[in-house]
Amino acid sequence: MPLSPIQPSGEPSAEPPRALRLPFDPLLTLAVIGLGICSIVTLRGATKNLIPGDPHYYVVRQGVYLAVGLVAMFAVSRLDYARLRRFKNAVYAVLLLTILAVLGIGHAAKGSVRAINLPLFSFQASELGKVLLILALSALLVDRARELRQRDTTILLMIAALIPAMLVIAQPDLGSGLVYMVIAYMLLFIAGASWRHLAALAALVVVSAAFVLVAAPAAGIHLLKPYQTERLTAFLHPSSGPRKEATTEPTTDPTYQQRESKIAIGSGQKTGRGANSSQVPLHFVPESHTDFVFAAVGERYGFVGAGLVLLLYGLLISRALRVLVMAKDLFGSLIAAGVAAMLMFQVFVNVGMTIGIMPITGVTLPLMSYGGSSVITTLLAVGLLQSIYVQARASAALKGRVLRY
Amino acid sequence: MSAVEPARSRDPRVPVSPQLALRVAIIGGLAMLMFGIIFFRLWYLQVLSGEQYVQQANANHERQLPVPAPRGEILDREGHAIVTGVTSNVVEIVPSQMPTAVSEQVAKYEKRLSEVEEAHRPALDQLLRFERVLKSADRKATASERREKQRLERAARIPRVAIPLLPASAIRAHSLFTRLGRVINVSARGIDERVVQGMTATRYANVIVKTDAGQRALIMLGERQSEFPGVIQRPVSLRAYPHGEMAAQILGHVGQVSEGELKLSGFRGVLSGTVVGQEGLEFYYDRYLRGTTGVERVEVNAAGEPVPSNLAEMPPQSGRSMKLTLNLGLQEASEKALREGIEHARANSKPANAGAFVALDPRNGQVLAIGSYPSVDPNRFAKLLTKTEYGALTSTSTGNPLDDRAVNGTYPTGSTFKPITALAALEAGIVNPEEGLGSGQCITVGGEQFCNAGHADFGAVGLVEALKVSSDTYFFEVGRRANSHGRVIQKKALELGIGEPTGIDLPSEFHGVVPDAKWREHENALELECEKRTHVSSCGIVSERRPWTVGDDMHLAVGQGDLLTDPLQMAVAYSTIADAYNHNGEGTVVRPHLGMEIDEANGGLLQSLSFPPRRHVHLNPTDVNLVMTGLHEAASQPGGTSAEVWAGWDQSQHPVFGKTGTAQHGFEADQAWYMCYIGDPNHPIVIAVTVEQGGFGAETAAPVARLMASKWFGKPGKFVAGSSKTL
Repeated sequence: MPLSPIQPSGEPSAEPPRALRLPFDPLLTLAVIGLGICSIVTLRGATKNLIPGDPHYYVVRQGVYLAVGLVAMFAVSRLDYARLRRFKNAVYAVLLLTILAVLGIGHAAKGSVRAINLPLFSFQASELGKVLLILALSALLVDRARELRQRDTTILLMIAALIPAMLVIAQPDLGSGLVYMVIAYMLLFIAGASWRHLAALAALVVVSAAFVLVAAPAAGIHLLKPYQTERLTAFLHPSSGPRKEATTEPTTDPTYQQRESKIAIGSGQKTGRGANSSQVPLHFVPESHTDFVFAAVGERYGFVGAGLVLLLYGLLISRALRVLVMAKDLFGSLIAAGVAAMLMFQVFVNVGMTIGIMPITGVTLPLMSYGGSSVITTLLAVGLLQSIYVQARASAALKGRVLRY
Repeated sequence: MSAVEPARSRDPRVPVSPQLALRVAIIGGLAMLMFGIIFFRLWYLQVLSGEQYVQQANANHERQLPVPAPRGEILDREGHAIVTGVTSNVVEIVPSQMPTAVSEQVAKYEKRLSEVEEAHRPALDQLLRFERVLKSADRKATASERREKQRLERAARIPRVAIPLLPASAIRAHSLFTRLGRVINVSARGIDERVVQGMTATRYANVIVKTDAGQRALIMLGERQSEFPGVIQRPVSLRAYPHGEMAAQILGHVGQVSEGELKLSGFRGVLSGTVVGQEGLEFYYDRYLRGTTGVERVEVNAAGEPVPSNLAEMPPQSGRSMKLTLNLGLQEASEKALREGIEHARANSKPANAGAFVALDPRNGQVLAIGSYPSVDPNRFAKLLTKTEYGALTSTSTGNPLDDRAVNGTYPTGSTFKPITALAALEAGIVNPEEGLGSGQCITVGGEQFCNAGHADFGAVGLVEALKVSSDTYFFEVGRRANSHGRVIQKKALELGIGEPTGIDLPSEFHGVVPDAKWREHENALELECEKRTHVSSCGIVSERRPWTVGDDMHLAVGQGDLLTDPLQMAVAYSTIADAYNHNGEGTVVRPHLGMEIDEANGGLLQSLSFPPRRHVHLNPTDVNLVMTGLHEAASQPGGTSAEVWAGWDQSQHPVFGKTGTAQHGFEADQAWYMCYIGDPNHPIVIAVTVEQGGFGAETAAPVARLMASKWFGKPGKFVAGSSKTL
């Protein structure tokens, strides 16, 4: 395959445009580093008592993950993402293989097999799979660039997304599966699939959700595990769970989780409870370092802290959309769209879960939640955005120079 | 969003197709909408409802544990300890941390209990009705009535409801109780029963399973806390009564406040599980003695384990200590003297089994000593008391040791009433003190014979002599005359404090009955109503329905008949007479009291209690002098009823004005009485002594009074029985 036609053919002139002196998007970088700092600060308070005798266990590891992720991000940003198009089949194969490997030899934690234990951290294939899927699907769409509005394209893409989605849902990791589907839908949307197809897909989602959650259980078929159904619907009836002592396995009761999370966030009030925090440090909010990390922010730093974190996400997402429109080619736009979809969905669903307006789906809060796979994956995705940004700037500069001639 | 903002960058770029611009704009709008929703929701949760969530969070991680306040001490008037506190280590069970099997057991037990209570309710109601009837009859029950009462008591007695066994499947509870039992030396079943009973009584208060756990057990439990979930140990202040049975009925006892008591206004603000006074002074002055329960705030994590914290605590406030008017030395001597008197009576083959005494300062009503026999060691209440033990304390077969006979006895007084009759007759002018009356062994009125004890003949005597020798015929004659002048004796008795509550600072006391024509009519009406209602020939409220007769007044004149009072009321009446004697006819009806002052826990005076006299009475000084002369001669002159008892007493230094009494009870042996006032410029004293079935007053009661007086005035005490066989 030939090189991308708009690849700069050589070094720019001795006096490059000023934008090129910074080889990455400063705002995007600012948002990422800001969130990383927020994550470290939040985890420091939230995980203090989690491992007796080792109050810095999670903070240190998250710091390492962030550092590794940032290095990876800068490395990826130096790459030309367009080269990755060539490896789309390999990428897709790696995606499926890693997920299958987890299913095969993975390590069971809290009732599901999501990760392979590696020497330094446990590798969660479904997290890395998000980036791989974005690359593979984007490449697929670019290959069919002339048939984007055709039904076959839509169906092909949805099937390509559904296979890994179903595999991760089987782990079971419902949250990641949903992220995959949302990515695919976003790619179709941005690639310019016809409105009819998009509407039909939306309708299909509604119907199948109703089937999975209501009709099938009524008929005695449980496609989801009972606890998944319960978690998905618990936010609709928040007060149904009895207010009980937290001594008996609180984490299995979704209404308990969500109620305690709401209490944590609500009790933060305007400026947070600071050192007087109790919900998170005393473990009334389960998983407060991973899925419910936003509750830790809300309790300790209040509306101000939660608002700051949300503003950083706003910046991150807006930069992703900006990169989407400035990308030099469709492949870049689609990758940026996929990353934007991933970030938007995860932020809204995760934060919505902690404040009681979304179901509990096990979606992490990108960069904030503790976990190497999630952090590094998100930073790889941001690295792709950086790469698209850099390439777009470079080609624009080139074009500009050409235009100036 | 970037997608829709104008391209203000000076960097040229690839133009975006309108189709893509629209779709990106939609995504951007969607993102903004999402962030908007999240922000509004956060605003609602954190800013608008924040307070409420802070409370919920605090409720989550804070546990408030009550810290019992040390109860105030009770001291005698000189500061000697009567009731103190000792610190004892108790082992408690926390109900909320018990396995569910235990609460199921409690529910089962409660159900059984209420079923059994329901089944016995008819019998209990019947018994209560019967007892009301018997009590309002104010006379001794007949043998058949007693049998009926016993039958009803048996039928109404709620049998001990067996506590259901802990199911064998409750492995956690079994193992916990067995292991704990080994440590504290109580059987597993025993622990389980206490827990179930405790939880039935007060649902959420900790249940004490062992009061004085040994040091070894405490160390063991402290070291292995995790192996004994729901078991805690803490030092508690228990009540200690160093003088044992002394003044037990007056002091009362303490116990955990019951659900019913929590509703009483006196226990407002008291936390469930607090130890409060249940009887006697412990109850009456509970609000001073109990202090304020403190609150220990413990921070717990989600697993319910306490974590180190710096939550503000509210330390308990110790109860106030209080000084009583009692004189410890006199109290101890009096109790000993009463026991001696009872032993003496028994040695003379009298079935003496109970008695009471009161010593009063006639100037102000301070109770210097007060007691009732038989008594009980209140230390037993400080520990865990089983149902059977408590039952024994309130049963008639053991003499009902919790009954305070000094303020709740219901007795006729015998001849100790005569001074009151004399005062009444003199004031009404129905006798001339010089007039000789009552010659012969008996006088006959309306076909009924009224005789002196032992058919003695004192001849025609004047008032002073009549009091000295206790001539019944003289006072029968006075009673006969009083009958035609209306309520002469009754009015004087009521004026001096007989037949009405004395107002002593104790939770309950007897009202008393000073019978008259109206009272008789009332009783007749009750009897009639009862007979009609129950269709029996006699309810026993009155022995026969008849109008008030002259005989009733004659019986009253010698302290018999339907008169019912208690030693304390008599002591008040004698105080009033003595006071009038010392103040030229101006007497005060004192309000007897035990409380003297409330002190801070460290001993500083907080508040002196004041008990103003109930009323002032004016008696004719001449009349009082005559009566007092009679009483003094009775105690000092040869031939006086108690002169022998006071033989060797320095009458010039401490003149004794005393009257013996022997109340007759029909079937039972006579009840011995002695009332006296002993003059002293600084320490005057009125003493009342009575011994149920103790025989003659001079023989059993007066020697007790002398022993008490000897102690009070620092004289060598000697039990000198008198030989007067007067009533």
